[in-house]
Amino acid sequence: MKHAVALSVNGDTYDVLISPNETLLDVLREKLGLMGTKKGCDLGACGACTVLVEGEAHLSCLMLAIDAVGREVVTIEGLAQGGELHPLQRAFVEKGALQCGFCTPGMILTAKAALDEEAKPTEASIKKKMAGNLCRCTGYKKIIEAVSSVAALSGKEG
Amino acid sequence: MGKEWSVVGVRLPMLDAGAKVKGTAQFTDDLVLPGMLHGRILRSPLPHAKILHIDTSKAEKLTGVKGVITGKDIPDRKFGIVPKAKDEYALAKQKVRYVGDAVAAVCAVDPETAEEALELIRVEYEELPAVFDPLEAMKEGAPLVHEDVPNNISISIRKEFGEGEKAFEKCDFVFEDTFYSQAVNHAPLEPHAAVAQFDPLRGEIVIWSSTQIPFFLRRNLATTLLVPESKIRVIKPKVGGGFGGKIDMFAKDFCACWFAMKLGRPVKFVYEREEVFIATRQRHPMYVTVKTGMKKDGTIHAQRFWAYADGGAYNSTAPLMITLSCYFLMVPYRVPNLIYEGHHVYTNKPVGGAMRGHGIPQARFAVERQLDKIAVRMGIDPAELRIKNSIHAGEDHPGGFIINTCGFAESVKKAAEAIGWKEKRGKLPFGRGVGMGGASFPSGVSNMSHLASGAVVQLGQDGAVTVLTGAADIGQGAETVIAQIVAEELGVPLEDIRVTAADTGITPLDPGTFGSGVTVRAGNAAKLAAISLRNKLFEFVAQKLEANSADLVAKGRKIYVKGSPDRGLTLLDAVKAYRYADLPMPIIGRGSWMAPAQEPTTLLKGDGNFAPNYSFMTQAAEVEVDTQTGKVKVVKMVTAHDCGTPINPLLVEGQLEGSIIGGMGQALYENVIVENGQVMNPSFLDYGFPTAMEMPEMEGIQVITDDPLGPFGAKESGEGTQLAPAPAIVNAIYDAIGIDFNELPVTPEHILKALRNKHGKTGSREKA
Repeated sequence: MKHAVALSVNGDTYDVLISPNETLLDVLREKLGLMGTKKGCDLGACGACTVLVEGEAHLSCLMLAIDAVGREVVTIEGLAQGGELHPLQRAFVEKGALQCGFCTPGMILTAKAALDEEAKPTEASIKKKMAGNLCRCTGYKKIIEAVSSVAALSGKEG
Repeated sequence: MGKEWSVVGVRLPMLDAGAKVKGTAQFTDDLVLPGMLHGRILRSPLPHAKILHIDTSKAEKLTGVKGVITGKDIPDRKFGIVPKAKDEYALAKQKVRYVGDAVAAVCAVDPETAEEALELIRVEYEELPAVFDPLEAMKEGAPLVHEDVPNNISISIRKEFGEGEKAFEKCDFVFEDTFYSQAVNHAPLEPHAAVAQFDPLRGEIVIWSSTQIPFFLRRNLATTLLVPESKIRVIKPKVGGGFGGKIDMFAKDFCACWFAMKLGRPVKFVYEREEVFIATRQRHPMYVTVKTGMKKDGTIHAQRFWAYADGGAYNSTAPLMITLSCYFLMVPYRVPNLIYEGHHVYTNKPVGGAMRGHGIPQARFAVERQLDKIAVRMGIDPAELRIKNSIHAGEDHPGGFIINTCGFAESVKKAAEAIGWKEKRGKLPFGRGVGMGGASFPSGVSNMSHLASGAVVQLGQDGAVTVLTGAADIGQGAETVIAQIVAEELGVPLEDIRVTAADTGITPLDPGTFGSGVTVRAGNAAKLAAISLRNKLFEFVAQKLEANSADLVAKGRKIYVKGSPDRGLTLLDAVKAYRYADLPMPIIGRGSWMAPAQEPTTLLKGDGNFAPNYSFMTQAAEVEVDTQTGKVKVVKMVTAHDCGTPINPLLVEGQLEGSIIGGMGQALYENVIVENGQVMNPSFLDYGFPTAMEMPEMEGIQVITDDPLGPFGAKESGEGTQLAPAPAIVNAIYDAIGIDFNELPVTPEHILKALRNKHGKTGSREKA
């Protein structure tokens, strides 16, 4: 039995027909065409599918799409405002915090949730919060540096 | 270096970094074509069995299923990377050889239907005795993985350099040890995928594939599909990491094309993570016995090796892997006399293939570990031992390598200094220690078919530059490096360059990303193309300026007489004037590059200079061993790396840092565990490669040399750095707790067991 539901993603409302067993990840990619959310393992082990749900980082491969109804979902496509990159996106570019780029959307959204929760985290805290997001290319150093640089920035502004 | 470069040597973000952070970078699985179908592959549940019968009738009848194929339906054409070692069918024909061997493929309207159809296929097997260890597999009477390969030894080499065995008579000390390196999965974050489309009118296939080597894939597809190469266009979208695991053709590539041709609709195959672990490739598990003869003064005089690689069910890159393993034992140390016997042995297990280092990490683990043991036994400092035996630029290499630049000794010194070697080695409290390892790697392969690169550079009327290159960027930044090279030659900023790459229908021939050859090979081709374009402009501008074209420079979007920036033209004015002079437009430069080579240089046939140049590096580690839990914490890792002159230091750092984490995984955590042919840990959770929590303090030191063959003096930086972190860490563990480990990975279980075996002597520092 399919259900007609409304999903709120990146501020837009999408009317979609979904089965109860469909994951948010599959609906985002296959029905909404939001391909920035990546499928790395489909088992909740790599973090590549991370999205924000009500501001919190969630693994969209472990979340049923139907559970996202009535909640605000933000994917990587919804992070940059207009033509401007989000400060985290800019930092990832400038610090060289990406290589193949497959883990990058999930990394950035996890970092966003982490910084929203704790504006001036320690490096240890950033590492802990990012530990669920795997990267096989960079060795993590530049990722942690990029996130730390944005944290330091927001600290100054705050 | 005193070089006045504007774009080369500068830390610049990748060209596609913006797309990657915005999530708009397109990977293969992100492609959706109208009417696209989805495929899945049925895999063998048995390690070794005859296929008696396959009943696909029920699957075919399932609503939504568009096609089902088995090994019987496809041409009798085997594929493989090395022409003489082809031994694999896209779908198994008479028998299956490992758990995961592809047996049938289904194509359906959606992935779920395809998955459901797989369960409706009935395969009748006759199970055969299987073999899981290379040493067992070589014995008389062992089950044969391939009937035509006696003793399961598919590739063997025996090489002798210098005086051979006799050389050991002149040694003061002889040491012999055996080492084992485990199976490591590449585990790229992007699972392997392919999308194919067919134009029935022209008989042309287009395939988008997560491949590192589009032109080799085209060749393997052509020979297995029985379609001319000219009718196959391979396009590489963004690739989410490769590390060698996306070099081979896979069932998904063949089946996507096959179904697209038969059904006339686009077809997508995406592997699940479990398939990536069991049915793609992995670093070969290898037993290596090393016998080393030393002179009293600490000089390595002779070495003998016996290597047994567990190839799993198929060859993949076997001949190249075993050859690299051999020849790179004569760098970075001077080894005047060497005997090498290497065997690639079939087993009923996942298939070994190229992985970052390709046969060398296993050999390096053995050598670097044994050198430390020798240093202890001879009472020589391990760093001193390495410096003393370092090969130097211009020295003879017994295998015929030509080493024009070599920063190895310097890399040992710099790594030692950065890790605090003098203050720490043998001096830290029990449980803490430092260790190091050295290595060398080729920047590509000098000469085999396809191992040449081409590039085309065009200057637009607005002064912007487009580049066509076959180089395959798999996340390392190849396109950026090539753009930097072109930008430097033409005197424009990076933003003026647009690169189109890795599309066999558009871009010039290129072998792709393997053997760390991209920067040198494709970089040189791009450099030549840019120079050829620039020369056309210079000749014209020289006439206008009444200057000598050899005196002109291109810099800051201007062309002017060297030393007189006022005597010149902007690039835009120059292009405009060129056009108005009715000279042929557009202004295009072309370049082709192959390393200077003399046959035979493949090493498969005979000795020779394997690569245009060679990188050298030392890794040093500081570790902390928790003697209660057996857990090892890597506190700091230093990489001192001679990659010639870095084109982009930011990207080189990224390679060094990624290699450290990869090496830590190899040393301490990662192991594809196989029991009776079944992979027991085919998921990220169970496999467990390092996360941000395990990240140590890292220091990358670039040892600069100016290589005459590298573009702007560059050498490789992608793979060499992966060779020595593991032995460096295990050597540091020895320094920390006085225990020698000869097997990888060194897990807490191994450490606790070894500590217990020391009969409670764990409280005091003890040296062997």
